[in-house]
Amino acid sequence: MTTTILHAGELVEDNWTVIEDGRTEVEIAGGKVIVTLARWRAERETLLAAHSAVGVLVPNTTDIEAIYAEISDRALIALQFPIFTDGRALSQAVVLRKRLGFRGELRAMGDVIQDLVFWLGRCGFDSIVPRKDQNLEACRAALGELRVAYQAAADDHTPVWVRRRGRVAAPH
Amino acid sequence: MYRYDEIDRALVTQRVEQFRDQTRRYLAGQLPEDEFRHLRLRNGLYQQRFAPMLRISVPYGLLESAQLRKMAHIVRKYDKGYGHFTTRQNIQLNWPKLEQVPDLLAELAEVQLHGIQACGNDTRNITSDHLAGVAVDEHIDPRPYCELLRQYVALHPEFYWLPRKFKFGFSGAAADRAATRTNDVAVHLVRRPNGAIGYRFFVGGGLGRQPMLAQEMNPFVPESDLLSYACAILRTFNRFGRRDNIHKARIKIVLREWGIERFRAAIEEEYARIKASIEGEELLLLPEDIERIRWHFPTPAYRPAAEVSVDVPGLAARDAGFAAWIKRNVRPHKVPGYRVVFVSLKAPDHVAGDCTAEQFEALAAISDAYSFGELRSTYDQNLVLADVAERDLQEVWRKLDAVKLATPNIGLVTDIVSCPGLDFCGLANAGSIGVAQDIYRRFDTLDAQYEIGPIRITISGCMNGCGHHSVGHIGILGVDKHGEEWYQVTLGGAPGNDAAIGERIGRALARDEIAAGVERLIQGYLELRVDEDETFIECYRRVGMAPFKARLYENEAEAVAA
Repeated sequence: MTTTILHAGELVEDNWTVIEDGRTEVEIAGGKVIVTLARWRAERETLLAAHSAVGVLVPNTTDIEAIYAEISDRALIALQFPIFTDGRALSQAVVLRKRLGFRGELRAMGDVIQDLVFWLGRCGFDSIVPRKDQNLEACRAALGELRVAYQAAADDHTPVWVRRRGRVAAPH
Repeated sequence: MYRYDEIDRALVTQRVEQFRDQTRRYLAGQLPEDEFRHLRLRNGLYQQRFAPMLRISVPYGLLESAQLRKMAHIVRKYDKGYGHFTTRQNIQLNWPKLEQVPDLLAELAEVQLHGIQACGNDTRNITSDHLAGVAVDEHIDPRPYCELLRQYVALHPEFYWLPRKFKFGFSGAAADRAATRTNDVAVHLVRRPNGAIGYRFFVGGGLGRQPMLAQEMNPFVPESDLLSYACAILRTFNRFGRRDNIHKARIKIVLREWGIERFRAAIEEEYARIKASIEGEELLLLPEDIERIRWHFPTPAYRPAAEVSVDVPGLAARDAGFAAWIKRNVRPHKVPGYRVVFVSLKAPDHVAGDCTAEQFEALAAISDAYSFGELRSTYDQNLVLADVAERDLQEVWRKLDAVKLATPNIGLVTDIVSCPGLDFCGLANAGSIGVAQDIYRRFDTLDAQYEIGPIRITISGCMNGCGHHSVGHIGILGVDKHGEEWYQVTLGGAPGNDAAIGERIGRALARDEIAAGVERLIQGYLELRVDEDETFIECYRRVGMAPFKARLYENEAEAVAA
């Protein structure tokens, strides 16, 4: 059974499979898989030999900068939201995109509700897996919930103090 | 006053529509309560005992007359005819109806008011000196910097889901009038001998459980780096703040668990990394960026002193009521011929901080006529007319007095700071308002108040400490003991330059004992002090806890002795 996710602003069928720790990779041999950071470290060569692509799921407590060298060449990095109010992965995402220059697919997984989607988009997630009960079309629309922003995150916004440069006078 | 341009307006308008859709989904049963809760909090909406409470942000305490008129309209249309000023310079409404809140927010947006990040685990409204721009002891006006930071943290996506609430307080004067070090971050504007402006950053303050004062992190962050340094602190907090226990989730706990050296190293390292990356370039403030915001806070068109000066002491000599008000509620202004007027929200039999629709309207008219259309809210739950010409003082006094806003008690024993307590708040363990009023009645006469002199009594109805009991000279904390309201007393707290966390004096007092207990403490002070110039807090610091403790529990000692 495939899952529909948000990718690059559109609803698409997901072609990645998450392999939980403890499961063998035989069942999905040949496909694109996402494994935990721990498993990636332990079984890197085996995983690469068995699958066309291997993405890595990083816990939200990991210092993303410290381990980046181990995953910088991955086509996909997945970050976790154990509950939608836990924003640690938002900082990991911004650091990945803006400081470390990661250009691959950046995926948000876990307790992802419609009302988190907008903030994910601004922090550089281009791949979002909504929680099973969420309205997918509403999630897609949520990416554009607010159209202006004061600051830049890992997105296309220009900081407002930069946008205002060159304006002559305040309205007094 | 900062004035919105099309960017600010678009943001606030779109935000109202976002919340309108969230409210609609909630009311339609499409959004569970425990998810909606986090969304409504980030729009200022808090569930209280009887109704939702809407907290409206007043950025660094600045209001203008159009906003006051709108507030009069709002409290009549959506509430019971009054609003409440808080210790964070905000306004709270106690009785809005959830289904009306999107319309209410849309009306507020018309006058640059909103509830964005007024509650919830995010960066809260920034507080600052209510005398910014007019204080005699000010070296740098903090308002432009508050506004720059306000914009940076407003709806910042990376910092929208923090471990816990996060507060900034600013000061640019010799005296810290905004209790800055009770915040997660205190920013003090400083100027080096060579003229360079910068920020002295303190981090890790917070009241509530385990109250702490913010500790110095960096003595001088350059003026261009306000946002970079703030980003470093926020990111460190977002990464390392505890999320396993709500009572240990403030940044002060990270500081306590790590120790200051490790904590400082983490923030400084993040700051250095930001500076070395594309983020550092984006966050760098150019002089023109600061100047552009500074234009929003122009020097008012003051009249020459010769035109507006009058013989204030002479006028006061002819009217005892006016004299009392001048002495207690009027302060010097940096411009000759002008004075700062405090508006007391602590009239007898009024709830501390409450302001009625009629008072909002009167304040709008008075500020328009006599103070360049502006009003400020203070940390002490009072208001300030910052720019009143001396020649207008008597008229301002009469007009304030006509709406019960001229009680001459600023800084005195009846100028009690209090949270809403159990009467409204869903978190409270005990009442605050009634205790404040009981204490008030014991010192009702002005002579008694003047005899006692400056003193800060603060009351919180629970551990969360919205009434800042930890930094009151006499702090009162309501606790629940088997369903009864009891009150713990702390002494020696202070919020300003001499900031200190009060010490608990001993066992709690029952509801019907607390006001008498406070009276005994104050009676003790009057007997212990060296002379009339020694204030309560100075006296306490000299003699210590023991003589006050003996006073507070003297009845008990007698009982034991008997």
